[in-house]
Amino acid sequence: MDFIRNFPFFSIMLSMFSGIVTSMLPKRAAKWLNAVMISVVSVLSLILMIYLNRTGGHFIYLMGHFPAPYGNEIRAGVLEAMMAAFFSVIMLLSVLGGHKKLDEEVDEDRHNLYYILVDMMLSSLLALVYTNDLFTAYVFVEINTISACGMIMIRRTGKTYVAAVRYMIMSLVGSGLLLLGISMLYDITGHLLMSDIKRQITLIAASGRYHVPLQVTITLICVGLAIKSALFPFHAWLPDAYGYSTISSAAILSSLVSKGYIFLLIKIIYRVVGYDAFYMTGILNVFFVFGLTGMITGSIRAIRENDIRRMIAYSSIAQVGYIYMGFGLANQIGMEASIFQILAHGATKSLLFIAAIGLTDVSGFSRKFADLTGAGYRNRIAGIGFLVGSLSMVGVPMFSGFISKLLFAEAGILSEGKAIPTLVVLAISVILNAIYFMKTCIRIYTPANYMYYASDNLQFRNELLYGITMIGFIAVNLILGCLSQPFLDMIHAGLGTFS
Amino acid sequence: MSRKKSDEIYRKSFSYHFFRWLRDEEDPYIGKVEMSVKKPHLEEVETIRERMSEKQMMMDRIYDLSNNRMLLRFRQVYKVLAILFCVTLLGVLIVNVSYLPPIGDPDNPADNEVPTRYIEQGLQETGAINIVSGMILDYRAFDTFGESNVLFIATITVLILLRIDSTLKKKDPKKYERETNDRKFEPKNDLILQGGARVLTPVILIWGACVILNGHLSPGGGFSGGAIIGAGLILYLNAFGFVKTERFFVEKTYKYVSFTALTFYCLAKSYSFFTGANHLESHIPKGEPGAILSAGLILPLDICVGFVVACTMYTFYCMFRKGDF
Repeated sequence: MDFIRNFPFFSIMLSMFSGIVTSMLPKRAAKWLNAVMISVVSVLSLILMIYLNRTGGHFIYLMGHFPAPYGNEIRAGVLEAMMAAFFSVIMLLSVLGGHKKLDEEVDEDRHNLYYILVDMMLSSLLALVYTNDLFTAYVFVEINTISACGMIMIRRTGKTYVAAVRYMIMSLVGSGLLLLGISMLYDITGHLLMSDIKRQITLIAASGRYHVPLQVTITLICVGLAIKSALFPFHAWLPDAYGYSTISSAAILSSLVSKGYIFLLIKIIYRVVGYDAFYMTGILNVFFVFGLTGMITGSIRAIRENDIRRMIAYSSIAQVGYIYMGFGLANQIGMEASIFQILAHGATKSLLFIAAIGLTDVSGFSRKFADLTGAGYRNRIAGIGFLVGSLSMVGVPMFSGFISKLLFAEAGILSEGKAIPTLVVLAISVILNAIYFMKTCIRIYTPANYMYYASDNLQFRNELLYGITMIGFIAVNLILGCLSQPFLDMIHAGLGTFS
Repeated sequence: MSRKKSDEIYRKSFSYHFFRWLRDEEDPYIGKVEMSVKKPHLEEVETIRERMSEKQMMMDRIYDLSNNRMLLRFRQVYKVLAILFCVTLLGVLIVNVSYLPPIGDPDNPADNEVPTRYIEQGLQETGAINIVSGMILDYRAFDTFGESNVLFIATITVLILLRIDSTLKKKDPKKYERETNDRKFEPKNDLILQGGARVLTPVILIWGACVILNGHLSPGGGFSGGAIIGAGLILYLNAFGFVKTERFFVEKTYKYVSFTALTFYCLAKSYSFFTGANHLESHIPKGEPGAILSAGLILPLDICVGFVVACTMYTFYCMFRKGDF
């Protein structure tokens, strides 16, 4: 066996182990360990991605001495490796970009606790990506939920407490439904391993037994994961959680946490239930309707918002709507478009959050649009970052958002009877996106006749780090937008190994 | 050869009190066990006023129901919808349960090759007589590692939420005073509780240790034994107060114990996963089934999990009680 095949296991264990070690470290060391660990994990995942892209196919890695249905195992294909690499790169950039804000907003003696949360979050995301076992997935969903709550309330203000409680309740409802679904699935199939469940479900579907429990189970799992990833009617927890938490948390939550659950859902659709059985339940149509509604309502709420962070948060609802709409189109290209949208939105939304904080910092820490006038001149790199992010969100060519919208339109035309609503809503949604993002861009590039003075604690070193992360984000966006074909090929190949 | 004790010494001895109690001349409880009247809890006027104004502000500005028709209507609709939703979910689940396989049927899908192998070859493959321990700490050790990290991360989150800021004493003494004023009533010195705890705590702790150490031989293991030890510590804390427990359990203790336990778990299992996946030979002896030192890694891992669970429980209690160890 090639040594490279150990890499998924190394990355999961490395991130968990550094979380454990961080509990003993002082603040500075915790920061360094976190940055080094995430960089190592991203390098490992990138190497694995290149290796798997070259060799093709996928492999199973035993976690222990016992083969699959008896012991635990993880599975890595090119799609999983790409997701892991993407998640770790975005997490690295988000954490680095938020260092300065973390110093300002979080108590000194809680910094290393924050890095523990980040490490554990990364490990849970990696495990959700690589797992081949539903119960392992559930265990890491728990870690994910708890650390996300901690990341929201680390700022310790009234608003974040309320947001964290709301997130916790909604997210636990989601976890509970997921757990119910998994246990019923175990009851009717007798397995927890994804490929074995799929084999059993094929038999069950052929025999016609357990038709009702199967339908209920799939519905419960889908609703649970939809709540956790903020699909339209279940999005109530989202604006406060993203709007008031410290900026790294907002970036990580919006671009990674909800995406981890969506990726788990994709795995469940393809590897647990099987696409045909899933299609028969008709849930895809529900996803389609909710996705379309979310695209419109999220954007409308974002237009009415007068707080830049909450505006970006509401835009997330619209973007998650795109992903579910792609599921709902019920064809291969729609699914590929959704997966690309995960990448595009992850790269863009974290960029927007980090850029927004740079803009508000030079506007007297106010998030109101009136105070942001001319902020793009006061903090140039943040202004450019926000502009790039906005262009990508609206779907201007060369940026990542364009590719996903193009793919959605293509998938919509190829779908059966869903072409008109898809295209119409897509057009409306793009126009709405343009309204609120261009409004902000025009606002930040309108010269203001009054000046805010930078606060005293602005240091060149922190600003340098901020600038580098900004450039990193912009580079990721441009790579996804201009060189999308290799990624699309990998998504296609990865989905091929799923079924 | 007995020597007559002086009357003074005799009056202090146990037998003097015992025979007086037997003759009904003395009641050991009178005047000793009865609760003294607690001093009323005096709150500063300022804190009362602050609390009242906060509450008022909440009613006035956030839930301004008299002027906010929409909120009022939302609340009514919310109640109706919530009940409807719950009833529907309940109905769907109840209907669903009737379609599930019946309990105890030998043809159930869950009775497949997986439990059969656990039961038939579990002892041979893991060396543990307790199949459950063998299952969670050897076959599916990765899940259990995740599960103990769930406990770890939950403690971290509670620390974030409830730990009293270490710099608060200097920065804002008044707030520090307010946050720590519940400690004034420590310890309660309740005789019955203390007497009970004095007898029970050692038994509980030893029992917990026994459950952990025999996790691979008999029902029990790290999670249940750790919960027992945690409960024993909480009982001791309630009886004797923080002054006594701080002698052996402070925040540093939590940090070191959980760090050591989880690090050992992580490294040991990484070795086992790595050798397993690469088909290398694992040099961990299985031992003789039934002996206390057997079953390979299961016993040390049980001890680790036990420590993590006990520390988590105790830390939760301390944090919810007063935000400090």
